[in-house]
Amino acid sequence: MRLTQGAFSFLPDLTDEEITAQVQYALDKGWAVSVEYTDDPHPRNNYWEMWGLPLFDLADAAGIVAEVVACRRAHPEHYVRLNAFDSTLGRQTTALSFLVGRPTVEPGFRLERQETTDRCIRYTLHSYATDRPAGSRYAAP
Amino acid sequence: MTRPQHQPFRAQPASSAAARAEAQPPAGPPPLAPDAKVDLQAARAESGVEKVLTELDTDLVGMVPVKARIAEIAALLLVDGQRARFGLSGSTPGLHMSFTGSPGTGKTTVALRMAEMLHRLGYSRRGHLVSVTRDDLVGQYVGHTAPKTKDALKRAMGGVLFIDEAYYLFRAENERDYGQEAIEILLQVMEEHRDDLVVIFAGYADRMDQFFAANPGLSSRVAHHIDFPDYSIDELMAIGQLMVAREGYRFAESTLPVLREYLSRRSRQPRFANARSVRNALERARLRHANRLLESGLPVSRDDLMELRPEDFLSSRVFTDPVDGTPAGPATG
Ligand SMILES: Nc1ncnc2c1ncn2[C@@H]1O[C@H](COP(=O)(O)OP(=O)(O)OP(=O)(O)O)[C@@H](O)[C@H]1O
Ligand SMILES: [Mg+2]
Repeated sequence: MRLTQGAFSFLPDLTDEEITAQVQYALDKGWAVSVEYTDDPHPRNNYWEMWGLPLFDLADAAGIVAEVVACRRAHPEHYVRLNAFDSTLGRQTTALSFLVGRPTVEPGFRLERQETTDRCIRYTLHSYATDRPAGSRYAAP
Repeated sequence: MTRPQHQPFRAQPASSAAARAEAQPPAGPPPLAPDAKVDLQAARAESGVEKVLTELDTDLVGMVPVKARIAEIAALLLVDGQRARFGLSGSTPGLHMSFTGSPGTGKTTVALRMAEMLHRLGYSRRGHLVSVTRDDLVGQYVGHTAPKTKDALKRAMGGVLFIDEAYYLFRAENERDYGQEAIEILLQVMEEHRDDLVVIFAGYADRMDQFFAANPGLSSRVAHHIDFPDYSIDELMAIGQLMVAREGYRFAESTLPVLREYLSRRSRQPRFANARSVRNALERARLRHANRLLESGLPVSRDDLMELRPEDFLSSRVFTDPVDGTPAGPATG
């Protein structure tokens, strides 16, 4: 199952040139860009690991794309994403977020049903990958 | 419904310039026919580099060897651009530089222009200058240096990183100094990101020579060593004229010989800083000029407000301090 999170996720994966162009767009808007990675891609997991601090005061995208490349190399078989934060008063939120790296094999999620009182059913998602310990969840095939 | 063929994020081995050059064939129009002709003059006019070079020539007095070298670099980049149109892709020329010269010979000023020129010629993508010294690169404790240096390098990408007084990075007497770590990171990035940024080292000639001698790896990555000569008295006079004109002042006819004498004495006194000393002399002359006008108690004309007279310079300590010899008290500027 191919994970679809953030912008562009229904498109084919962006090439590094396309990522560079998106990052340059964010920088030209004055947004601070940061790199994050995880092997727990549950849609409600907001707390991905930070790859260094957000990158402030950059003029050119090359410095950020170099960090993406370094992050993919240090954490192969992980999800990697870029966040662009707009700090202007009144917005102060993530303005753009998209995946820039994913594992080769993505087993996806199963739907779990929990029966509770009065034959009520609660539904939740379970990521197959998290059955394995962190760090060895997406072993290369 | 069929989804478009899924291409995985390309895993790149290393971001070395060579690897990238292989990975992405030059995009854009197909190469020109081998027997086509290109118009270099038109390309030159189109790049707007002419304007930068002319401005350099009119705004900065003297520095003939510096201007000549900059014109050569401009020509190289221009020809390189035309070669690319024929599909003659050589490697991107490395343009890391070192500027050596006495204080106030215009190193910082030229670095700024250089950033703009490289941008106009399409060599650097943004054309900004990030100016740093040792404090911005070297940390205080273990693990502090690498992030600081990398941060400065990333901020400079797409433009020029200007490292002033670069020899402070290296302290020969202390082998555990963190400066060495900064130098190693610089070395690596200067090589791997050759087409992302230009590094310019600046400092006084003798100490830069020692610095490069102690760090041969750096020296060999610096393609252009440019020396900024000291200014002659005539050039200093011309610089003075340029500066007053820019500030809306002028010299009275009788001031010129006094200023010449002032500069000639000042240049033989300690802590002389070429063009910067001229600037400081003018700043203080403005002060005395304002005082003189106020104390005279007379109504003043537009001319009075503009004209710097001999007495505005003559009361300077430069005329009483000894020259060429032992300093008598700290000379200022
Ligand atoms: N050739 C010149 N013509 C006109 N002005 C000049 C020239 N050279 C330098 N100046 C002026 O002199 C001042 C000092 O120049 P600059 O700061 O570039 O010197 P520097 O070589 O970087 O000195 P330092 O080594 O002390 O940092 C600046 O205000 C600059 O505008
Ligand atoms: Mg300087």
